[in-house]
Amino acid sequence: MAAEQNTTLLTLCGVKKHYPITRGILRRQVGAVKAVDGVDLNVNRGETMGLVGESGCGKSTLGRVILRLEELTAGEIFFAGKSLNALKGSSLHRLRKKMQVIFQDPYSSLNPRQTIGRIIGEGLVIHKIGSAVERRERVLHLMDIVGLRPEQINRYPHEFSGGQRQRISIARALALQPEFIICDEPLSALDVSIQAQVINLLEDLQEQYDLTYLFISHDLSVVRHISDRVAVMYSGRLIEMAPKDELYEHPYHPYTQALLQAVPVADPAAAGKRKELVAGVNDAPFPPHGCKFSPHCPHSSPECEAEIPTFYEVRPDHWVRCYRSNA
Amino acid sequence: MALPVLHVKDLKTQFFTERGVVKAVDAVSLKLMKSLTLGVVGESGCGKSVTALSIMRLIQPPGRIVEGEIWFDGRDLLTLSEEAMRSIRGKEISMIFQEPMTSLNPVFRVGDQIIEILQRHETMSNKEASARTAELLKQVGIPSPRERMADYPHQMSGGMRQRVMIAMAVACSPQVIIADEPTTALDVTIQAQILDLLRKLKEETGTTVLLITHDLGVIAEVAEDVVVMYAGRAVEQARCKDIFRNPLHPYTQGLMQSIPGRTAHTGKRRLTAIPGVVPSLLELPAGCKFNTRCPHAFERCYTDPEPGLLEPDLGHPVRCWLYA
Ligand SMILES: Nc1ncnc2c1ncn2[C@@H]1O[C@H](COP(=O)(O)OP(=O)(O)O)[C@@H](O)[C@H]1O
Ligand SMILES: Nc1ncnc2c1ncn2[C@@H]1O[C@H](COP(=O)(O)OP(=O)(O)O)[C@@H](O)[C@H]1O
Ligand SMILES: [Mg+2]
Ligand SMILES: [Mg+2]
Repeated sequence: MAAEQNTTLLTLCGVKKHYPITRGILRRQVGAVKAVDGVDLNVNRGETMGLVGESGCGKSTLGRVILRLEELTAGEIFFAGKSLNALKGSSLHRLRKKMQVIFQDPYSSLNPRQTIGRIIGEGLVIHKIGSAVERRERVLHLMDIVGLRPEQINRYPHEFSGGQRQRISIARALALQPEFIICDEPLSALDVSIQAQVINLLEDLQEQYDLTYLFISHDLSVVRHISDRVAVMYSGRLIEMAPKDELYEHPYHPYTQALLQAVPVADPAAAGKRKELVAGVNDAPFPPHGCKFSPHCPHSSPECEAEIPTFYEVRPDHWVRCYRSNA
Repeated sequence: MALPVLHVKDLKTQFFTERGVVKAVDAVSLKLMKSLTLGVVGESGCGKSVTALSIMRLIQPPGRIVEGEIWFDGRDLLTLSEEAMRSIRGKEISMIFQEPMTSLNPVFRVGDQIIEILQRHETMSNKEASARTAELLKQVGIPSPRERMADYPHQMSGGMRQRVMIAMAVACSPQVIIADEPTTALDVTIQAQILDLLRKLKEETGTTVLLITHDLGVIAEVAEDVVVMYAGRAVEQARCKDIFRNPLHPYTQGLMQSIPGRTAHTGKRRLTAIPGVVPSLLELPAGCKFNTRCPHAFERCYTDPEPGLLEPDLGHPVRCWLYA
């Protein structure tokens, strides 16, 4: 994929993450969960890259390896032109300032025994930024940015609602002035009215601080709203990627089509007009060597089961991993 | 006009906690019409599940139903003995929960759990019950039902477990099914299959459904009638198509505008969020309970007691002074 070098912030080349399956007291390895199995992806500076796919397809694992919270099995990751693979110690520490993450459940990711002032300011302490007074100033500023009141600084996470807790984790993510934030299902635990508040906040912050987002979600309506481009993941691989309107209006891969069809539309006039769905569940006990979707695919052929199709550019900037696309 | 299959009248359910009396459901009335689906929608904490559990008479202390009537089949369920209620639960009114693991017993095979329900309510030999179970599992789209009957719940995926729950709920051909967020924990593809399944069952058997969800998309897909709840109250009631075409309550309007993609498909347009959060049920404001978040609130909304369900000339019942 040839995006202009100067605008690319993050590049993934053939990224794999396999988890060993072991058996017996000797913990002999008998197989592997191929959670991420060869992902190539470019994320441009200032854009929001949406990543969708059903649960278990590998989205969170991909997020964790980008953040170097886990080691890669294979492949290479570049951030701002530098390979992350070899980073250790202090250079990894410096990188951590540039990349942050916001998780789905702000409750379990916030330490219940710390005040929100400490939670938000933790990164500043770890990176030894500023004096205690300066750090407090910065925390209050961050709280203001995300819409928390200054007198709440000494409160604990359980005293906040879900939406406010998500604001706390956003403030924490912003503390070190990162360039890149991975949002892993940040809205899934919130009611729609609160979701809308948080989406607006994330968009405002992006504009103000030139942030780049990788926005992971299983909610296709939210992803369409917030993203510039969208990648669809299935069974550890990207199977389609395009600018959002192109993807939503001209989905090419049969799995993407099934996924989009499945979204309930808040319009009774459209209800019940869906075609019968192909089952998209990735639970075949013996997945084929080739395209993992082929057991569920209405168009599959022997070729599909034998070998995985390559990622192919069917239209400018629209990539699909399906034999129908490069026929 | 036809009589409702289930008629909830002025239901009040409260929790007597150390911090005070939580009025989780405050004078809610619902009518379920035969073979139709009534959708109940609202943000979390607004009293949807407590309403459902009250109908099933499954409210546990410190909670109690303090007032109201629940008419079903010529009887007020709130006057029945626990014994009589047990024979209604699962047979005439059954319930599907969001997380099937809460109602499936992890240590029994799924087949045995369905057989047990069948034999509790109907006289059936083991052989008959087991054949009927296989049939039910097939009906809800579980492949190789005979083999799956021997599975334990944890051996199944979330979508399959939810199908088992539905099979259990329809086992005795109930008149009413109450489904509380039946698809919330599932992926969209699985959700679509489950909603199709519920729709098909309803068409085939004429079952009446009370569907609880926070997702207006799901409501639009399957409901004919809708009740919008806020802070323990029903604030708007209408036919499904009317509520989407002409939402009256500012809360309903806010919910609709919060959905991404409904209004803006291109470009990054700001979503119109409902400001603030649902107030604690222990600290509800005087007057209309939505006045802390309402963009149209005026003097009367703060000074007058909250409005009842008003019936504006052009529209449907709504609890809002704008229509007085
Ligand atoms: N630490 C781990 N050990 C073993 N398997 C794992 C681990 N983390 C994730 N997996 C597996 O990897 C796959 C992808 O998981 P995940 O990345 O969490 O998916 P998603 O975020 O898309 O729901 C799943 O099959 C999951 O069970
Ligand atoms: N056991 C309980 N004790 C105290 N309050 C409760 C209890 N169960 C529910 N509530 C309160 O009742 C209200 C309605 O809850 P619920 O019906 O579960 O909401 P939802 O609309 O999300 O299903 C909530 O404010 C909740 O705090
Ligand atoms: Mg995940
Ligand atoms: Mg509930």
